[in-house]
Parts: sequence; structure tokens; C-alpha cells
Amino acid sequence: MSTVYAALAPDSSLVAILYIVSFSLFIIGIKQGTPPTSARRGNMIAAVGMAIAVITTLCQKGIGNWGIIIGGILVGTIIGAVASKRVKMTEMPQMVALYNGLGGGAIALIAWSEYREWIHQANEIKDLSNAAFGPVGSEIVAAHASISVSLEVLIPTLLAMVIGSISFWGSNVAFGKLQELIPSQPLSLPGQKIINGLLLAVLIAGCVYLGFNNDIGDLNQPVFILMLVVAALLGLGVVLPIGGADMPVVISLLNAFTGLSAAAAGIALDNTALIVAGTLVGSSGTILTLEMATAMNRSVANILFAGFGSPATGGGGDQEQRPYRSLNAQDAAIALAYADSVVIVPGYGLAVAQAQHTVKEMADELEKKGVSVNYAIHPVAGRMPGHMNVLLAEADVPYDQLKEMDEINPELPQTDVCVVIGANDVTNPAAKTDESSPIYGMPIIEVDEAQQVLVLKRSMSAGFAGIDNDLFYNEKTAMVFGDAKQTVQDIVTELGNL
Amino acid sequence: MNLVTEITILVLAVFVGFEVISKVPTTLHTPLMSQTNAIHGIVLLGGLIVVGYSNDFLGELIGFIAIVFGTINIVGGFMVTDRMLEMFGPKKKKPASVEAASDSATDSTEAGS
Repeated sequence: MSTVYAALAPDSSLVAILYIVSFSLFIIGIKQGTPPTSARRGNMIAAVGMAIAVITTLCQKGIGNWGIIIGGILVGTIIGAVASKRVKMTEMPQMVALYNGLGGGAIALIAWSEYREWIHQANEIKDLSNAAFGPVGSEIVAAHASISVSLEVLIPTLLAMVIGSISFWGSNVAFGKLQELIPSQPLSLPGQKIINGLLLAVLIAGCVYLGFNNDIGDLNQPVFILMLVVAALLGLGVVLPIGGADMPVVISLLNAFTGLSAAAAGIALDNTALIVAGTLVGSSGTILTLEMATAMNRSVANILFAGFGSPATGGGGDQEQRPYRSLNAQDAAIALAYADSVVIVPGYGLAVAQAQHTVKEMADELEKKGVSVNYAIHPVAGRMPGHMNVLLAEADVPYDQLKEMDEINPELPQTDVCVVIGANDVTNPAAKTDESSPIYGMPIIEVDEAQQVLVLKRSMSAGFAGIDNDLFYNEKTAMVFGDAKQTVQDIVTELGNL
Repeated sequence: MNLVTEITILVLAVFVGFEVISKVPTTLHTPLMSQTNAIHGIVLLGGLIVVGYSNDFLGELIGFIAIVFGTINIVGGFMVTDRMLEMFGPKKKKPASVEAASDSATDSTEAGS
């Protein structure tokens, strides 16, 4: 019964060529990102490609239901435009998670629609043959002429449904955690891994069942819907137990998932633009996922299934209070003003406190006093790849001051003062020295090598991962307690008074 | 189109994707992600196609939601990426990296146009 799809497939070379134009523009658009200055034009180019693809599709034969189409596009445009104008730069990770989820949700729904259409076709055929041969005759006909949905479209449709649904629910959980609608701590049921394993087994079994029952009379919508639900539960079950600090990996991975499900939907719908665009997104998500996992020195599987940051992970044995030093804003300002070189290490706390502009002010004050200022960006600082770069770019920090980890680490021993703002685990020397630490082996920004370290933090509480940071008790370290933005603001004021 | 052709396209796209995307600098990873996010909004095409043959209320509802989701994904994704990239764009400060020379060349041509 793939004829239905043949009729809806790009039925002219013109349509096919326009799709080729549009996916070429996507590739050119991404390529333009290589010097950051032309990236904006690249984004426009990709958007033009998208417009061509959408208009081409709207002009195709078989497109109908214009009321729904226009209504849907209108509603979607308004919501999308308003949301993207209003979102703050600090909220970018949850915005991306949300958009990603919507894409996945759309794919799952499209797959469901296709399946429903096959059933509708099946019923029509049954009615026709009933009319022609009568009930008994039509049963004989049905028994002899087995008409089935081609596996070439059924399998990709099932894949699109499963991955799309996982991506939708997983991304929504990620959104909820980042937006703090649900606790960002790992949440899991006892035996969550076993439950997830069972869900996966049911999912595979159900899809195999649907795959084998591809005869047009055997299509089973209740099972299909059940699989949508099981995939949703699996998405929830996998992402809920993952803590906020691992979000860069999760978001990248879900991005890859949505891309792959789009490619699967493309195969099901015989649409090249969808196949290529989906695959591009799949590659980009995969690359970012691997990069993030490397930056944490952990495998993707470990991040997904190990429940990192659950309080059970050892290391928190000694509960005794260790001595530490603290400074007020005035002393911190003095330490900074008399330094030659300062390196600022930003983390998620900077985003939470929205302190990026104030930090830039502080850097400007210091530069006026002849202090050289750089920023050390850990690859997994923040909640998504490149999160810190976007925040600092918003505050107009020049790119040449943004140093990657490998670039800055050799310079740290010659640095007078490191200012750690809202970063914790990425600076923890235990990653280098303590084999029992859960973060052992993770590459860190080696701030403990600097001459002096100022840590801006609310209190002495452990970092997100629940691991105590030896850095805070180092004799070179001084804690400056308070809200990051307020503290930096105070330092700026003090610097002005010096 | 037959399945083998489609898989061929998919495999080639994997290689192109890895090639192009691994060259994007770390600084731009957030905009890259939101741009590719917008690109997978192309599933809107699927929504437009399936809504054409929906023939009951539930089918139309599913199609409508899929179109709304896809459109939010596209419009929101590209707009938010544009907002971010605007901040990275050539304005006051020159990017003083290895590519400074080629960048400033691009800047001046842009200013000229």
C-alpha cells in the first residue's frame, strides 16, 4: 500500500531539485559558522533554505486542509517569535531543550498520523471489497490477496515514533530541570535501571510485533499507541535520574536523537530534505555529545546510566569541619587591583546570578589599572556546550580573552589571581589527585596552580555533584561569600575607590 | 525512491555533517546547537504532508499539533540563533585570533556592501 506515499512523494523533478537546493543551503549555512563573524549570515542562509523547503512542500500535489495548515503555522510562528524575543541569554539551555523536544514531539505525531492513514486505507479497501463481493466473498479475497504495508516505510515510521517520543519527553524533563520546574537533583525510583531495561525490552518487543503484523488487516493501533507511551516512559526514566551538571551531554544527545528521528521520518515519507537535514542534526548532536563526554572523562553510557551525583557515591566520608579563609569584597578588590594577571573562571553560578555584565565591568576596571584579564572556559561549564561563551559575548567580552582549558592551563602557574565565579567541580583538584573521587580523571581548570585563588560562592555547601572541593581549603584560596552578582558589584565599587 | 538510494543519501550526509560541524569553533557551540535545532524543525514538512490526508477529528488534531510544534521549532530556533549570533557579529571589537587578518578582510567587504 505504499502507493499512497508514492502519490505524495515529490512527484516532479522540480520538487526534488528544490529540496536539493534547500538542504545545500543548510550545509552552506552551517559552514559559515567557521569564522564566528560570518555565522549570522550563515544562519540567514539556512533559514532561506528552510523557507524554500516549506514553500515547495505547500505547493505539492495532495496538500490539503489549508485551514489547519495556516492556523498551525500562524500559532507556531507567534509562539516561536515571542518566546525567542523574550528568552534571556542565561536561559538558553532550557530554550534549546524545549525546541528540541517540540521537534521530537512533532516527529512522533507524524509517525502516528501515517500509521492511522494506513489503517484508514485498510478500512476503505475492506469496504470496497465488501461492496463488490459481499462479506463472505471479501473474506476470501482478503485471505488470497494479502496486501501489506512495505517494511521499507513501516520500520522507519516505527523508529521515528520511538525516538521522537523519547526525545520529546526527555527534552521536556531537561527543560523542567533547567527551568527549575522540577528539582534538578537526580530523581529515580528504586531499581530504575531495571525498570528502564524492562521498558526497553517491551518497546523492542512491541515494535517487532508491529513490524511482523504489517498485513493491512493486522495493523494494530492500540499497540502503536502503547508503544508511544512506553517510549515516553523510557524518555522520562532515562533523563529524570540525570543531574543538572550532566545536562550539556543530555541536551546534545537528545539533539542527536531528534535529528535521527527526523531522518527516519524522511525515509518513511520519501523526502530527501528531511533525510539530509535530520542526518546533519544527528551528526552535530553526536559530535557535541562525544566532546562533552570527553571533557568529563566519562563515557556517554556512564553519564546516562550511572546516576552520577547521587549522594550514594562515596567520598563524603569525613564530616569534620575543615578550616578555610574568607575575605570581604574590599580585600578581594585590593588583591585583584595589585595583580598583574587575573583569570576569571566562570561556571553555571554566573548564569544563575546573571552576573555576566557585572563581571565585564569588573574586568574593565581592572584593565584600566593595567591588569591583564582572561577568562578560562571549561568545555562543560554551564548547562550546554558553549553556554559561557554566549553569556560573555552578550556582555561584549572580546573573543581573544576567552581561553579554552588546554590553552589556559599552562599559563595558570604564572597567574596572580584566579577568580572562580559560580564554578565548582570543574576546578576541583580531586579530579587529578584523588582516585576515590567520582570525578577522578576529569580534565579541570587547574586554578590551584595560580598564586592566589578567590572563590565567589554563596556558602560552603558542596557543589552540584555533592563532592566537597579541596580547592576551598587550599591555603592559597580565599572564599568571598554572597550572591555572585552582588559580590562582583561590590568589588567593582571598591575598585573604583582605590 | 528506493530504500538503498535513501540510505546512500543518509550515509553521505553523515560524512558531510561530521566534516562541516567538526570545524565549527567551540565558542559557537551554543548557537550551532540552536541552529541545527531549527534545521530539524524541517519535520514541519512531514506535518504538512500528513495533515493533507487526515480524515477525522483526531487526525486533524494530531496534524495541527505537529504543525504548531514544527513551526515553533523553526521560527523560534532561527530567531534565537540570530539573537545569539548578533552578539558574536563584527561590531566594536575585532576578533584578534589567528584568523584576524581574514576576518577583518571580510568585515571591510561587508561594510562596503
